[in-house]
Amino acid sequence: MKLVIGIVRPEQANEVLEALYRAEVKGFSISRVQGHGGELDRVETYRGTTVKMGLSEKVRFEVAVSDSFVQTTVEALCEGARTGEVGDGKIFVLPLERAVRIRTGDTDHDAVTPVNK
Amino acid sequence: MIDTGDTAWMLVATALVLMMTPALGLFYAGLVRSKNTLNTFMMCIAAIAVATVTWAAVGYSLAFDGDGGLIGGLGNAFLNGVDFQPRAGTAIPELVFMAFQATFCIITVALVSGAVVERMRFGPFLVFATLWSVLVYAVLAHWAFGGGWLQANGTLDFAGGVPVEMGSGFSALAAALVVGARRDYGRQALLPHNAVYVLLGAGLLWFGWFGFNGGSGFSTGSPSVLAFTNTLLCPACTLVVWFVLDLVRGRKVTAIGAATAIVVGCVAITPAGGFVGPGWAMLLGALAALPSYAIIVWRTRTRVDETLDVLAAHGMAGFFGILFIGFFASTAWNGVSDGLLYGNAAQLGDQALAALAAPVYAFVATYLLLRAIGLFTALRADPREEAIGMDVVQHGEEAYATGEGAILVVPADGEDRTAIPA
Repeated sequence: MKLVIGIVRPEQANEVLEALYRAEVKGFSISRVQGHGGELDRVETYRGTTVKMGLSEKVRFEVAVSDSFVQTTVEALCEGARTGEVGDGKIFVLPLERAVRIRTGDTDHDAVTPVNK
Repeated sequence: MIDTGDTAWMLVATALVLMMTPALGLFYAGLVRSKNTLNTFMMCIAAIAVATVTWAAVGYSLAFDGDGGLIGGLGNAFLNGVDFQPRAGTAIPELVFMAFQATFCIITVALVSGAVVERMRFGPFLVFATLWSVLVYAVLAHWAFGGGWLQANGTLDFAGGVPVEMGSGFSALAAALVVGARRDYGRQALLPHNAVYVLLGAGLLWFGWFGFNGGSGFSTGSPSVLAFTNTLLCPACTLVVWFVLDLVRGRKVTAIGAATAIVVGCVAITPAGGFVGPGWAMLLGALAALPSYAIIVWRTRTRVDETLDVLAAHGMAGFFGILFIGFFASTAWNGVSDGLLYGNAAQLGDQALAALAAPVYAFVATYLLLRAIGLFTALRADPREEAIGMDVVQHGEEAYATGEGAILVVPADGEDRTAIPA
């Protein structure tokens, strides 16, 4: 089991969702985050006060998958999130120690495998 | 002879109508995605800036100087001769009359922006707004209000069904076709980001509309009183019918739908306000919901990204209101003319003429104007900028900046700012 974390541009979030659905990756959560990477700072001005925005808006996908699904998930994230410009984001794959489906008490592999009923 | 009571009311009415433009900004800003909030609002603020200047320079004169068929003269250009003397046909100073009419031009320019939000560049929009306020608004205002051929012909338009509502609605359709759809239109759900802004904006628009319609009699006399009261009755009926339509279609009454219904009802009564009795005004409100609702449902199934439905809410409801006068106007209420129902079929013909001429002129003129501007500069932002959002790209600001991670840029002469002596 792995936890795949993808941090992507907010404007690409919909493409990533579509790519994940196409790859039949069905369980994930997303959150809005702010981050700093290699992007150029954005300059904004508010009533004469000029500021450099060091943090950019990003969307963070967290997908817990069984080992056989890791590659599919990573590919889907890349496919949806890539524009070719600096700032497309990162993907991290972490080992996952344990997972529990709360409703049934299923653990580990069963817990991260979608049920269709 | 100046009437002080009339003047007092018109001063207030002018301020009420000016408030409608920021209210429209709020209404529109709530309907777009959060990354385009400021740009959408700023298009309305920009209308106040450019339309006021063009109105004072030539717009007012072209609309209201003389009774030429197609266009007024330049006798009042740069407000020449506009002073404390009463405007002909009223008992208010021409200065107030000019200011009141200016607020109409402003909001009409702002209305058109609803067709092109979330992708049109701000600079070209300013150019468009400047030229449109003269070439389209002032011309239509002259036709309907300033002694132009429609008014001379007998068309009744109390508060701007021709220049404001049909003028903006059919121009919006042309603008949407020239500028083109948003990148994600039809591919992704593009949802309103703040329905509370939308409701608050619609509420403030309704409030301002009492000045808009109630002021269009230029007095405190019967036509103004009738229009004022009809502005309460008509939109309320539109709301009720809209609720029913929402219930029938989706089993739920929607908030954005309610906000839209308020605008549709106010638009419908705009041309008819001072000409039809209160009962007919309520019928008008109820019936006007139907075509506008149908156009909204139909439009979202097409590739025409007339983003904020200016055509449905303003063009269609204005069209409907103008025609309604032809059926239900009564001399008993307006002292001017009867409609078909009261035995004067000719009035319906005059109304139909306006309902045909105004949309055609607005659509064609706007289409050509935007095509012409497009020859000199790109009208819309590129896809990457559109994805980032117009607030940051066009204005360098965000509506909902968190301030986290913002680093203050100290100017080169930054020493001046430090160490203020106690």
